[in-house]
Parts: sequence; C-alpha cells; structure tokens
Amino acid sequence: MKARVTVNLKSGVLDPQGRATHHALSGLGFTGVNDVRIGKVIELDLADGTTPAAVDDMCRQLLANTVIESFRVEMLP
Amino acid sequence: MKAAVVVFPGSNCDRDLAVALEAVTGTAPTMVWHRDCDLPDGLDLIALPGGFSHGDYLRSGAMAARAPIMRAVADAAARGVAVLGVCNGFQVLTEAGLLPGALMRNAGLDFVCRDVELTVSNAQTIFSAWYDAGETIRIPVAHHDGNYVADAATLDRLEGEGRVVFRYAGPVNGSARDIAGIVNDTGTVLGLMPHPERLIEAAQGGTDGRRMFEGLLAALG
Repeated sequence: MKARVTVNLKSGVLDPQGRATHHALSGLGFTGVNDVRIGKVIELDLADGTTPAAVDDMCRQLLANTVIESFRVEMLP
Repeated sequence: MKAAVVVFPGSNCDRDLAVALEAVTGTAPTMVWHRDCDLPDGLDLIALPGGFSHGDYLRSGAMAARAPIMRAVADAAARGVAVLGVCNGFQVLTEAGLLPGALMRNAGLDFVCRDVELTVSNAQTIFSAWYDAGETIRIPVAHHDGNYVADAATLDRLEGEGRVVFRYAGPVNGSARDIAGIVNDTGTVLGLMPHPERLIEAAQGGTDGRRMFEGLLAALG
C-alpha cells in the first residue's frame, strides 16, 4: 500500500519561491496567474496494515514542520 | 569551561567552532557524533555548528533535529546547560522545538555570504554580556535559509521578553523584524544565523565574534 503526503506552506507564510515563479510566468506572458505557492509531494511505500494515524504521526514528527507547513495525507491502494 | 561540539553529517563549521572555543577558553571541546546517545558529563556549553546537515534535505536542520544526540541535547538544555546554535545549528534548534519559529528560504532567494552589521538588542544574556546594548558589530553570514518566520504573537512575545538578542542592522534575508538571533525563555539557548566563530583573531579580519565566547567563558567559568 502507498500513501501520498502533500506538504504546503500555511497560508500567510511568505513563499519566496512561489513569488519568483509567479514573476517568471508573468515574464512568459501568462498574465492570468493570481498567485503561485510551491509545496512538495512525498510518496510513501508502506507495509500492509499501516494506519492513517501512523502516517499522520510521521508527518507531525518529521515530514512537515507544522510551524510553517500544513499537510494532507491520501492513503492509496 | 567544558564544551562539546555536535557533528552532523554535512556540518562544515564544527572545526571552526572548536578552534574558536579552544582559542578563547584554553580547553578543546569534545566533538560528539550525531549518532551518539550521550553527552560528556559536566558540560557547561553545547555548540551546534553551521553547515548543511544531511544536505538540507526535506528542510534545513530537519533530519539533524531528530538525530539520537538531540534527545541528550534537549535534556541538557532543560537542566539549564547553555546551548549555542550557529546557522545550521539555529535551524536545528528550531526544528527540534528548542527555539520557536522557523528559518525559511531567504526572501531574495540568493545564498547570502558576506559580512553584515548586527545590532545587539539585549546585552544581558550569557551570550551577549561582553557587548554593549545597542552596539553595532560586524559578523559574517553564509546561508540560504535564514529568513526567520514566526506568527505575530510569538514575535511580540520574543520582543517583549527581550529574547531578540541580535538584529540585522540592514536588509539581509527578509527575517521578521530583522531577527538574527534569539534565546529561549530561560536565556540559556541561543540560535543565530551569523557566524561569530569566524571572527576570533585579527588575522580573520576582525574580532567581533570573539567577545561572545569571552562572555560565555566569564559566565560559565
């Protein structure tokens, strides 16, 4: 089984990379972009029977820094 | 003064810190590997060096903060042992929850490597006692992730409690309220992005960093 963890900066936390990417998109002529936020996707290959609570624990202890980041867990077959 | 320097894979200022500590205190610190579970007995100071522990993978300092030795560092800090985290060491301290907030990518996205001017905001800590309050000092920075972030309530609390010890005198990395270094609520754990260990002897271009270690020696014996 697998889990996909998506980590994003919390809203309100300045994302300099997102801002620079937004600027670059504007430079390419893509004028309809209101904002860009960059996060990361972490794919976990898990032993069968791993619980969502265990993955949540992994996120809180290491995969996300909850001071600045939020995370979302999707358990996949 | 009995000191230890923790070495993580990817630390690159561990020897600079050791040289600075020995130059000022006359005693070489013990170098402790991150996989060790115990620190030497009777420590007065634990130093976490600059560098790029674990290649800055995931987040700067994230993996190092969960290293076995960090349990012992947290226990020692709780007993009041002084802890100094420089640059990556500061990032490790925030990731470990020993200091509030987080250090994010520099606002300008560039790696900043140059001397900067700092204002001493609080000269009453064991780390800053040999500076004058309000004094401007010159210390080098070398970092990509030095942009200090915390929520407004935390920033207000840090400022209200005198826990902002050093501020950038000009723009460097976008840090909230120009914060360059903060202490914990007992004033015994300091994290700072600039590198005082790089300005110990006149031959290094200045000695403004030396006084931090002289102050620590005076405070800790």
